[in-house]
Amino acid sequence: MAERSYTSREELDQYGFHPGVSVMAPLVCILLQAMLPKTFPWLIHIDLPLIATIFFAVSRRSPIAGTVTGTLIGLFQDGLTNHPFGVDGIAKGVVGYVAASIGFAVDVDNVINRIGLVFTLSMAQSGLLYLIAHWLLGDTSYRFLPVVELISAAANCVVAVPMFAVLDRFRIRD
Amino acid sequence: MLIAIVLMQVIALAMQVQRPSSVADVPSARAMEDAGAAPDGKHVSLLRRWTVTAMTPLETAVHATSVKVRGAWGNYVDLLHTRQTDAQLKQEVARLRVEEASFAEDAQQGRRLQKLLDFKQQYVTSTVAAQVIGTSGSERSHVLYIDKGSDDGLKPEQAVITPDGVVGKIRDVFPHTSQLLLISDPSSGAGVILATTRIRGIVKGTATGRVEIDNLTADSRIKVGEPVVTSGGDLVFPRGLPVGTIESIAPDPLHQPYTAIRIKTAANLSRLEEVLVITGTSAELPPTAAQDADAAEATAEANQRAADLIAEKLPGLHPDGEAAPAAAGADGKPVSDDPESQVGGAVGYINSGLPRPKPAVHPDKYSPGTVPPAAELTPGAPAQAPQKPATQSSPQ
Repeated sequence: MAERSYTSREELDQYGFHPGVSVMAPLVCILLQAMLPKTFPWLIHIDLPLIATIFFAVSRRSPIAGTVTGTLIGLFQDGLTNHPFGVDGIAKGVVGYVAASIGFAVDVDNVINRIGLVFTLSMAQSGLLYLIAHWLLGDTSYRFLPVVELISAAANCVVAVPMFAVLDRFRIRD
Repeated sequence: MLIAIVLMQVIALAMQVQRPSSVADVPSARAMEDAGAAPDGKHVSLLRRWTVTAMTPLETAVHATSVKVRGAWGNYVDLLHTRQTDAQLKQEVARLRVEEASFAEDAQQGRRLQKLLDFKQQYVTSTVAAQVIGTSGSERSHVLYIDKGSDDGLKPEQAVITPDGVVGKIRDVFPHTSQLLLISDPSSGAGVILATTRIRGIVKGTATGRVEIDNLTADSRIKVGEPVVTSGGDLVFPRGLPVGTIESIAPDPLHQPYTAIRIKTAANLSRLEEVLVITGTSAELPPTAAQDADAAEATAEANQRAADLIAEKLPGLHPDGEAAPAAAGADGKPVSDDPESQVGGAVGYINSGLPRPKPAVHPDKYSPGTVPPAAELTPGAPAQAPQKPATQSSPQ
């Protein structure tokens, strides 16, 4: 019986996903994100596609895969808004890249680390969206509301913990 | 890799927000707002159509399922209260008919004046009912998706309302779906009039999803609670549709000397299920509305005739010492000399509307007019025998 040897943390914790899961999970997140606020308006503060982006990025541990996944999810979200294409694409692409890079350094299976990661990256995404609106689009009406962003980040953490646990079941060790 | 992807998107963003030279002079924030409200360019529209086409069938399926489940439960619950609701609705209809009749004359007078002044009023002639199937999923984009599109006759820039008030306008149209831009979106706007003071303004959405008028300076006439209606000046919303009421008035620190007049929208924008898209307007009153107006006018006239008839028969209130005029015919003489044919109570008393009672054959102390007024009685004096009432109708 051939034995596998893991020479680095990257190889040790690198996971893959079935193509169906890679496509359907973000799609379901975007669908829920678009439908749930119709019935529960306060759910608009939770960003399910962001959580999916972070999960796939830290699981695959590949900055390229994280960037591409984040960009595609973000562009899909842009398609449903009245914003130009690229606003969420850039923000989620950067988040995917950073999440995959951080995944090398920390144990992302730990719940506390996951909460910290989601909270930090939620705030980072809000900051990025503010910068894109102000600097790239020249939209001075865009406001960065710290309290709202903090509540949103906390809500994302609450949702991310069970969602990560569910998605963990679909991981395949590469 | 990251830099390449981000750079590509920055270039794509720059191409999308590039404005035609005719609007290049407007400030950048204003240009951005226009970009959010206007339909996309050709290539962007294609990308958005792909995205929406991929998403809306799923949204429609989920929405249809939830509607069926809620409908089945709702039907059961509704049956429990049908009789009570029916009675309430009947009362409501009766009340509204009376109200409608009272407004009919004012409306007719208004139309006459508009015609005299050559005022172009726009009446809503046709609407398309649509159901909300989804949202943009972003807290920065106040956009909804409805289940009607170009195949149902919808076009961009058509006004969207509910029976309560204005909702927004159609931003982009796809074959079976449309993108609805709410008035709470920062890129949205509508011309309005404050109903009491008749001050004109522009209502706009804010980044936080509120609706404000931010182009008016401080004015003591503007009060909290004043209704706000559309002015029709934006050529999107017909004149007179309710927008909401003024919720608060405060100085706008970012745009001095203007005030931020916050509006509480008449339609609940966060809980929209069904909306009406205005697909047609006309300067003439629609046939069905004209019929309703005629019916209301006829009811108002009938009510007026009935009121006049009662007023003729009932004496009015007169100052002390002044005699009530007798009911007179066309020649000025009393309608009838027969006192029994006249309605009314005893002479000098406010009329009850009932026929006068016949004089008593055997009067006693309880017969009207047999006992002198209390002011003329002396305490302790012996009781007098009842006397025959001295009324004009008493037999002599």
